[in-house]
Amino acid sequence: MAELTLVEAVRAALGRALEEDPKVILFGEDVGIDGGVFRATDGLVQRYGFDRVRDTPLSEALIAGMAVGAAAHGMRPVAEVQFMGFIYPAIDQLVNHASRLRTRTRGRLTCPMVLRAPYGGGIHAPEHHSESTESMLAHIPGLRVVVPSSPARAYGLLLAAIRDPDPVVFLEPKRIYRALREDVNDDGTALPLDQAFLLREGSDVTLVTWGAMVVETLEAASALAGRGIQAEVIDLATLKPLDTATILASVAKTGRCVIVHEAAMTAGLGAEVAAQIAERGLTSLLAPVRRVAGYDTVMPLPRLEGRYMPGAGRIVLAVEDAMAFA
Amino acid sequence: MRKHMASFEIDCTAYLNADGAPLGDLPDFAGDTETVVALYRAMVRTRAFDTKAIALQRTGRLGTYASCLGQEAIGVGAASAMEPGDVLLPSFREHAAQLRRGVTPVESLLYWGGDERGSDFAGPRNDFPVCIPVASQFPHAAGVALAMSLNREKAVAVAIGGDGSTSKGEFYEALNLVGLWTLPAVFVINNNQWAISVRRREQSAAKTLAQKAIAAGMPGEQADGNDVIAVRDAVSRALARAREGAGGTLIECLSYRLGDHTTADDARRYREDEEVKAHWKEEPIARLRAWLVAEHGWSKTDEESLLRGAADEMDAAAEAYLATEPEQAASMFDHLYETLPGDLTTQRAEVSDG
Ligand SMILES: Cc1ncc(C[n+]2csc(CCOP(=O)(O)OP(=O)(O)O)c2C)c(N)n1
Ligand SMILES: [Mg+2]
Repeated sequence: MAELTLVEAVRAALGRALEEDPKVILFGEDVGIDGGVFRATDGLVQRYGFDRVRDTPLSEALIAGMAVGAAAHGMRPVAEVQFMGFIYPAIDQLVNHASRLRTRTRGRLTCPMVLRAPYGGGIHAPEHHSESTESMLAHIPGLRVVVPSSPARAYGLLLAAIRDPDPVVFLEPKRIYRALREDVNDDGTALPLDQAFLLREGSDVTLVTWGAMVVETLEAASALAGRGIQAEVIDLATLKPLDTATILASVAKTGRCVIVHEAAMTAGLGAEVAAQIAERGLTSLLAPVRRVAGYDTVMPLPRLEGRYMPGAGRIVLAVEDAMAFA
Repeated sequence: MRKHMASFEIDCTAYLNADGAPLGDLPDFAGDTETVVALYRAMVRTRAFDTKAIALQRTGRLGTYASCLGQEAIGVGAASAMEPGDVLLPSFREHAAQLRRGVTPVESLLYWGGDERGSDFAGPRNDFPVCIPVASQFPHAAGVALAMSLNREKAVAVAIGGDGSTSKGEFYEALNLVGLWTLPAVFVINNNQWAISVRRREQSAAKTLAQKAIAAGMPGEQADGNDVIAVRDAVSRALARAREGAGGTLIECLSYRLGDHTTADDARRYREDEEVKAHWKEEPIARLRAWLVAEHGWSKTDEESLLRGAADEMDAAAEAYLATEPEQAASMFDHLYETLPGDLTTQRAEVSDG
């Protein structure tokens, strides 16, 4: 057992996958000697060689498309897009190929690939380095979209993603890459790719979130506890498929739900969660579902970034609002 | 001071002129009657397929279809040079290559008739299905080639795209990588002079499309795409190079789209009949036939029985295709993931026919 940060857990899972399956290959921009700009692949090229850990040219569409080709021809590629802000040329390959190769060949060719990308704001990064557009990806049938929010979950979910027979987009919340350390047992145990995690139990309100916002959401839950409000906190972790059962069970218990995400409000994944509750859990609701999300604006540059990102304060206000509804 | 830094040349391979007369010495395989007759048969078979597909579409029994009329030599030449263990990654127009690789006419009709099972080829199991998003097959070919080289397969990934596809970023990105990593991939361009209504010269100011390889640090060359012997020869040389570990090649095959872009297109809106008529004089099948008659004893009876056999085969294929029942509606869920996520079982149940 070792105390690892989230980015170290990613690296441990990548190392484990390379170790256990000779079909696993890593490629992306600067993933070799440099170890990736966040060091997620640090030391792997030294251990596994240039054949299996490759620096690619600066070509995101190629990175994704090459992963499709290699996966369909028997490999287990784990490709990295350096920042989510540059994933868009790769989305063509995800929408038009990775997600549908199994369907369109009736299972003859499959696409067991992982596309990793650091995402999200709050680290005062340059323009285009802070957005959260995960709902675009969660909208694509045939893909899985996974977001870890702790070192242990990063390790287990990434291993599961690599072993999964279908394409997975693995979005790493870079704001918490090094935020905390946690015991991670590097024993190759994977986590399920279709289950949300209950991070805190409570009876008054359900807080649904994922990625780095787990930090603010747990902070809000502690603050609320001080005021006698018991919040249940769910980390969705797998944005696609969505574990609606866990959400509905919690809302059935609490009767209130506040969804927290960093991504812009409109057509964000929170809308889907709210719709699921409206369709299947309406009778247990004691108050309207609330969303605390990024604004529907262009993500501001670092000076105003803090005003854009939902903080614990906004979450507390939304919960108090829900509690006051009669 | 200015120094000269680089220069390049682009060659074009051609063996038979438009009348089927040899332009010089032919490659060895051209002396083997069985081989060249097989090339001819494959082209005729492709044209019979094309004719049947268009007839089915015109009578409402097939979806939108992209004819390969006049470009049969490219697919046949390329596919006939390939080994079974190679992988073909075709665009939507490369029926010639697919049929030659062993995709059956029934499978292809199923696909163009709107049934996914048409891409579950019984024959070339590792070949890719047709690629409709232009140029997106080139990165796949790079990935397949990477897998082949890591697995020491001695196989080659062969992607075919159109002249228009060479304007796309994905073409350049993949070409760049094949050059950089000396991957076993051959990119064949079917330059049929048109990308829907946009002429080749409106697509790029480059004198040849083949020279785009030079910037990627790999060889590029042209072949007369109406001369199946030239295509096969150029692709064979490229495949041999790739198999030796010497890397990829870009081969631009010069041909002409004698038909509409697809059955949904009306090419008279943007090009003159005169132009098309002139290009009929260069089409690949008549040219090879003239040479076979002159050099390989191809007779009128041979010709008649080939045409009849091909037409019969396509009639039977059409019947088999039309007799195939659609899949159950729930099948749209059955290959989405290896195991259907629980949240989709309700949706699946909704369309289940019971
Ligand atoms: C990325 C993309 N853009 C546009 C289209 C629509 N489209 C289909 S075929 C085509 C022209 C392709 O020309 P070319 O590459 O020369 O191939 P050809 O059709 O001549 O075989 C276009 C624009 C498409 N399928 N994919
Ligand atoms: Mg064209």
